[in-house]
Amino acid sequence: MTWSEMQPLLSQACWDTLYMVGWSTVIAVVGGLPLGVLLVLTDRGGLLQNVVANKVIGQVVNVARSMPFIILMVALMGFTRSITGTTIGREAAIVPLAIGAIPFFARLVETAVREVDGGLVEAVQSMGGNTWTIVRKVLVPESLPSLIASTTTTIVALIGYSAMAGTVGAGGLGDIAIRYGYQRFETQLMWITVAILAVVISLIQFAGDFAARSLHSRGGKTGPAPKLRLLKAATADTKTV
Amino acid sequence: MITTTGLTKVYRSRGREVTALDGVDLHVREGEVYGVIGQSGAGKSSLIRCVNLLERPTAGTVTVAGQDLTALAGRGPRAGKELREARSRIGMVFQHFNLLSSRTVQDNVELPLEILGKSGKERSRKALELLDLVGLADKAKAYPAQLSGGQKQRVGIARALAGDPKVLLSDEATSALDPETTRSILQLLRDLNRQLGLTVLLITHEMDVVKSICDSAALMENGRIVESGTVSELLATPGSELATALFPVGGEATGDDRTVVDVTFHGEAATQPVISQLSRTYNIDISILGAAIDTVGGLQVGRMRIELPGRYEDNVVPIGFLREQGLQIDVIDEPVLVKEGAK
Repeated sequence: MTWSEMQPLLSQACWDTLYMVGWSTVIAVVGGLPLGVLLVLTDRGGLLQNVVANKVIGQVVNVARSMPFIILMVALMGFTRSITGTTIGREAAIVPLAIGAIPFFARLVETAVREVDGGLVEAVQSMGGNTWTIVRKVLVPESLPSLIASTTTTIVALIGYSAMAGTVGAGGLGDIAIRYGYQRFETQLMWITVAILAVVISLIQFAGDFAARSLHSRGGKTGPAPKLRLLKAATADTKTV
Repeated sequence: MITTTGLTKVYRSRGREVTALDGVDLHVREGEVYGVIGQSGAGKSSLIRCVNLLERPTAGTVTVAGQDLTALAGRGPRAGKELREARSRIGMVFQHFNLLSSRTVQDNVELPLEILGKSGKERSRKALELLDLVGLADKAKAYPAQLSGGQKQRVGIARALAGDPKVLLSDEATSALDPETTRSILQLLRDLNRQLGLTVLLITHEMDVVKSICDSAALMENGRIVESGTVSELLATPGSELATALFPVGGEATGDDRTVVDVTFHGEAATQPVISQLSRTYNIDISILGAAIDTVGGLQVGRMRIELPGRYEDNVVPIGFLREQGLQIDVIDEPVLVKEGAK
């Protein structure tokens, strides 16, 4: 394959990947954030302690997370069709990607929110704040650096998932690498794709780390340098995808 | 201003019960600084948290500014609207400051005002005014991480005052600070108490805190208040543990056949030359083992530990003489180990 043949293929694939990952990230954050916060609030000793709700949400999250993405995609076909009207293409891939990422992100949110000092919650309670105020003014803003790091991790994980979206004809970089590079022995194209993916992921990780760190270091003095921690969290979590 | 009656708090965990508060009756008068002192685990934290119902008492009532808060609590663990409104009129400062790291100093002070639903303009005016009051007007745009411990606590105090409370609860506010900073924060609390007529209930494990700013104090042990009263009442109470801890005098008997007596002077009695009168009247030799004059709760108080020859039985008359002079006399039968401040 010559470069002029590869070029349109690659640019379309890049666009497809960004489109799928972008939308599914938005949906994952919108769905996962409240779910993660709810997991903390309903836990024993939480502000909205509700053991039953906590167990139910926790189990749903666990089951959704334990399902291999390719199975999830197939299992959700009916649901996907009812939303997008089709089970093929980019839009159709967004549904399982988002649904797969919501519980993943929710667990990361849960961990981040749990780290917020209980004293801050108590302080706002003593001012007469209600639970919603505490969520809005304490839990979310105080865990924002961690939440951004979690979002970065989720995006990187979603890029990984999206390679499988080719199965439903959604395209994307991962799909190109498998179909052209691996199955048709276009080794050169495969390596180019892998290189692009590496660059994209590095950029996203860099941007995420930068955003998290600049929030974290407001005021100059900081706790432990967040970079190391974020990278560790990222590697630990992507493994479980 | 703050009254608790029969306040009881029992924690249950894994079938075990721990009684943190055991029928505490506390009465804090309007405009005074009231210190509750005790060792860790004595129940001080539970007590102060029960006052604004951050902890639900198991039994008993809490009344703040004439309002029965326990009646507002409702049954569930969540605070209803009325209780939240009542809380907004009670300021609270914390040992670890509990400032939001994601907000500037000014925004931290504005937080209670946001909760009260004040407009942006009003919030910033009030916040800047309070920061000025605590001496941090130039730090409005700084983040908490850029401040020292003492400055953080000043922000904490400014924030606690944002809702114009009549009552301020201080939960070990100076325990994380060095002695110098502790003094300046206590001074600030004292000034606020005087300027704003603020009633302050503070808990501490440091006797110095009580000594320097409290009008009244209570000693807590095992979830109960074992002694309480105004500082002058306590000093006038024979055998008061708090008074001894507030104002320790050292010195042990030099021999077995000696009587050791603590003499406390306050008010009029302090001006009389009682010791030399005693010596001349009964023709006895008196040794002074230890003596100090100090200001406790704004009162000039002197305390002296003297030794009389002979056993207690031999000294009944001289001791009676001292009592007649209007002095407070504590006879130390055995060399009592001076309590190591109630830590």
